[in-house]
Amino acid sequence: MKTDIILAGVGGQGILSIAATLGIAALENNWYLKQAETHGMSQRGGAVVSHLRISDKPIASDLVPLGKANVIISVEPMESLRYLDYLSETGYVVTNVKPFVNISDYPEEAKIMEYINNLPNVVAIDADKIANDLNARRSSNIVMLGAAAPFLNVELSVLESGLRQIFGSKGDDVVEMNLKALHAGYNFAMENK
Amino acid sequence: MQKLMLGDEAIAQAAIDAGLSGVYSYPGTPSTEITEYIQASKQAKELRIHSDWAANEKTAMEAALGMAYAGKRSMSCMKHVGLNVAADNFMNAAVTGVNGGMVVVVADDPSMHSSQNEQDSRIYGKFALIPVLEPSNQQEAYDMTYVAFELSEKYKVPVMVRITTRVAHSRAGVTTKDVKPQNEMKLPSDPRQFVLLPAIARKQYKGLLNNQVHFNTESENSSFNQYFEGTDKKMGIIACGLGYNYLREILPEGECKFPVLKVTQYPMPQKQVKQIAAETESLLVIEEGYPMVEELIKGFLEKENVSGRLDGTLPRDGELNADIVGAALGYPTHSGESKVPDFIANRPPSMCPGCSHIDVYTALNEALEAYSPGRVFSDIGCYTLGALPPFNSINSCVDMGASVTMAKGAADAGLVPAVSVIGDSTFTHSGMTGLLDAVNENSPITVIISDNESTSMTGGQDSAALGRLEAICEGLGVDPAHIRVMNPIKKNHEELVAIMKEEFEFDGPSVIIPRRECIQKASRRRKMEAKAKMKS
Repeated sequence: MKTDIILAGVGGQGILSIAATLGIAALENNWYLKQAETHGMSQRGGAVVSHLRISDKPIASDLVPLGKANVIISVEPMESLRYLDYLSETGYVVTNVKPFVNISDYPEEAKIMEYINNLPNVVAIDADKIANDLNARRSSNIVMLGAAAPFLNVELSVLESGLRQIFGSKGDDVVEMNLKALHAGYNFAMENK
Repeated sequence: MQKLMLGDEAIAQAAIDAGLSGVYSYPGTPSTEITEYIQASKQAKELRIHSDWAANEKTAMEAALGMAYAGKRSMSCMKHVGLNVAADNFMNAAVTGVNGGMVVVVADDPSMHSSQNEQDSRIYGKFALIPVLEPSNQQEAYDMTYVAFELSEKYKVPVMVRITTRVAHSRAGVTTKDVKPQNEMKLPSDPRQFVLLPAIARKQYKGLLNNQVHFNTESENSSFNQYFEGTDKKMGIIACGLGYNYLREILPEGECKFPVLKVTQYPMPQKQVKQIAAETESLLVIEEGYPMVEELIKGFLEKENVSGRLDGTLPRDGELNADIVGAALGYPTHSGESKVPDFIANRPPSMCPGCSHIDVYTALNEALEAYSPGRVFSDIGCYTLGALPPFNSINSCVDMGASVTMAKGAADAGLVPAVSVIGDSTFTHSGMTGLLDAVNENSPITVIISDNESTSMTGGQDSAALGRLEAICEGLGVDPAHIRVMNPIKKNHEELVAIMKEEFEFDGPSVIIPRRECIQKASRRRKMEAKAKMKS
């Protein structure tokens, strides 16, 4: 197995919680993993991206080559488009639809959504609403992870196990909430992909 | 069982396992997480490993050398431009040599993700005539740091580990080694080893020169430098550090027909370089940073057919990636046509809502309305973002502390008032001595120390200035009547503008300290306090 993932968002949106779950899942299965993160200056409200590569064979480059990503997971709609050149011909864009507007020249939302909806392989999801409906407001990133799950070449149970490890110390309630969020995202993607 | 670690964390864990007694650093992206990992490590705490931040990279490295003088193992970590600050100690530590092992970790930032330049620290290592290790991945970051201490103690010389952003801030599984005990304190056998009086320095320097041949032999025999045979002798590839990964992404080990020399330990292994040059018609050098190796092999007379960053086969600047290396090798990864729509706007970093720097710049812009533009010198930190809209407040950002001294020089040239905007941590790092210059000459500059009680751009480390700024400024000789401290909240806006205007008109050095805790740090602190409360 080999999966290349681009994780996109804005500094402070916590995209690394998605990466951490996948990271733990990879280690549990003795897969190789490389995860290049954005630290430092860009974290102050700038565009941030993480390259995540999982494989059962050793991985050379920390960065995903252009045109090789199986999936772009973006927690912000405009950011999902910034990295399109990394996506493979058959790859999926999984993006949250809620804009994060902290710049004056943010494009028209309708324009962004039109472009997103015209992509050949896309899941556009209101992860914040789904998380809110579950009373799991802080788990919107896990909803995103769930929505990307069908395209990761990873069994859902592997991600469940990753979540149990990450949130285990915070108690069963928190684990359950995140498992629910994961499944809600997954179901949405299966119905809308 | 492997542990998932950043390259920075792998270095930190390796140092702990190699019997480290103290790490001395000043935060700087992408090196910060090395020291933070040791500060957070339970194992390091139990082993009583020193890990407090230093005031700057020079004081840090000097303390590390002091620990190595006393026979224990020390490490000093910094970003590339931090080594400029510590260079005086670095160059001379190569001449004194060490007693306990000493490793200097320098994290370069090609493409300048969070930096002012992309200088290549391997050249500093060569300059100081010491061995340099350049890990290509996180496991090597661990292994090389561990070995660096052994190499340092074998030759009694500091050893450099050079990383770049992609190794520092990328995570991968890492296997660790056995934990070694720390060294006992033991003074150098030669009491004059560290006394660099000319006569002694000349002797010490000869010793360093005599070791060069041994450093080369170490490189030639190092398992970190590998030679891979190839059937197609039209081209040989020398791949250094991270460049090796990008080569292997495009041409994996079994699929590469060209001979390959992987270089991750310097000085360059002479034997293998000669071998690959002799058996191939041309050489391609893939290296992250400056074309150091390429220039070395090509030489002035260009007797070898060498390509790389100098002849444009690879770009002269910026970090490499598999796409760039693929194109240079003739295996393009993509068509080159972009699918990204052109309405995508840039999203540069910005100051956080509620940040005190915002209030300072809002007041500063108003207070300076009466004067011609171009008189605000700033420095390295979050407040550098005052260069961007909507503020457009600052006219310089060069190096740590330069805001104070550049303002002084500009004032000497007749630009009065000249204003410096500097953060609290940057001020104690390198601004204090410049303020002393201004005091000694009664220079008409206004130094605004925008004090957020934190080293924020690198993640909110403690500031060496905390609780000391007024005392420092007074001690340096600033008239207490012209040290103005206030909280830059909205309500105090008019007052802050008035204070600025007053001090701009003062014919001498003055200091304004708008003080409010960093909003990020405050929120982390409140969360911690709430957690502690819950527990109790």
